[in-house]
This record gives sequence, structure tokens and C-alpha cells, in this order.
Amino acid sequence: MNLRRDVFQAIADPTRRNILILLATQSMTAGIIASNFETARPTVSKHLQILTECELLRQEQQGREIYYHLNAEKMKEIADFLEPFRKLWDDRFNKLEQVMKNYQSKK
Amino acid sequence: MEQKTKLLAEGGKQEILITRSFDLSVNLLFKAYTEPELVEQWMGNKVMKMENQAHGSYQFETTDGHGNVLFRANGTIHKVIENENITRTFEMENTGFPVQLEFIDFEPITSDTSKLTMKIIFKSVADRDNMLKLPFAQGINMAHNKLEKVISKLYKQL
Repeated sequence: MNLRRDVFQAIADPTRRNILILLATQSMTAGIIASNFETARPTVSKHLQILTECELLRQEQQGREIYYHLNAEKMKEIADFLEPFRKLWDDRFNKLEQVMKNYQSKK
Repeated sequence: MEQKTKLLAEGGKQEILITRSFDLSVNLLFKAYTEPELVEQWMGNKVMKMENQAHGSYQFETTDGHGNVLFRANGTIHKVIENENITRTFEMENTGFPVQLEFIDFEPITSDTSKLTMKIIFKSVADRDNMLKLPFAQGINMAHNKLEKVISKLYKQL
């Protein structure tokens, strides 16, 4: 596993984001994923490798085929990382609203 | 329940969008951003300077009980249209974060409700992500007490 890669780098690429969206509803083989893109198949394979390395995707052997599916936990981690920042502004804006309501009633 | 404050940070873009609806008239919302004594109350830091006009500037500061400066931020106000928008820069001093550009839009919804849209543009995608990651990093580095303190202090002041 390549530790230089992090999930944020992984989702910075539009093709990789599209792969994640594609896999959100069902798991697919590399061939089926590649058939959804104009990009050359080795390029898609490279993207799949990166997404797998940073654990956004998991591989699952089903018979002779390898299926890729979303790692929900890792995806949740990305969603959660924004939450503290959002919360910070939410708290601040709640305060703004309170301050201004007091200001208004004093007038 | 729908969240009042929404944050949009698309992958690969060097910007974020924060939106929020208020139970306040657009006039009051705009005042909250432009009257120094009101800004101080909700931002939690002292306003050293605030010139709400084209090519004006502003400066925020936080000191501890002994008068030592803990945090200082400043920016240039590019344009202000009353009850409509503010365009300004924002930079935290001595933090290593580059200056960012802020477009703050105020819109009336009804006569006593309004909407705020803040678009922040960063120098690079990496700078944006580092800023967003600060409190996240804080969560996974809880063991490191001192670092945690520094980060949370820094973060409170954003």
C-alpha cells in the first residue's frame, strides 16, 4: 500500500469521483466500470488501484471475477471530516442570530 | 431535520460555499457583519479596525488575560454594497495559511428572514483541504494535548 496517497487526493480527480458515484448503487467488475468511461481501460485500472489503496473501494472475489464495491466506512470518514468545520460556522451563526435578536429587542 | 448551515466543498475545487438562513431581516444580518461591536459579540474577538468601504481594511485580535496576542487576522475590504454584499480578503497572521478571498452575499427571503451565502476561495486545493481538515485532524490526534489546544484555538478564530 502506498502511504503517500490519501483519500482527499483520491477524490480530487473527476474520473475517480465518477467511479465512486457509479459504485454507489452496485458493485461491478473492472471491465464493467471501464465500459462506462471513454478513458482507456489501463487508465481506469490505475484509478481503481488508487481508490483501493486508500480504502475507498474493496475488492471481492466472486467466482472468477473480482468485484469492486464502496467501502462505506471510509466514505463516511470523508463526509465526517467536513462536519466539525460546518459545526463551527453553525455555532457562530446561531450566536449571530441571538446577538441580533437581542439587539433588535433593545431598540 | 434539515441543517440550517450548509457547507459545500466539492472535490478538486479550491473553494467552499457556506449558506445559512436567518430569522433576521437582511438589514440586521448586514449590520451583524459591519457594526464592530456586534461583530465582536458573535465572532468572539476584538475588532481593532473596520472600514466598511471600497479599499478599506479590517483587523481582528484576541488576547489572553495578560494582554498577550493569541490570534490576529486581517483583510482588505474590496467592495461593500449595503444589505447586498461584501467582497474582502481574510488572512490569519503567523499561521502559514495563505490569504483567502471571500464573497459574502446577503439576500432577503421575507421582510424578517434572510439568507447568507459565503463563498471562500483559497490559493490552492491543498490549502483549502488543509483548512477544512484542521478540526478533523484534531479529532484523530486527541492524544496530543498541546497540539490539540493550539488547533482548537486557531480553529475557533477562523
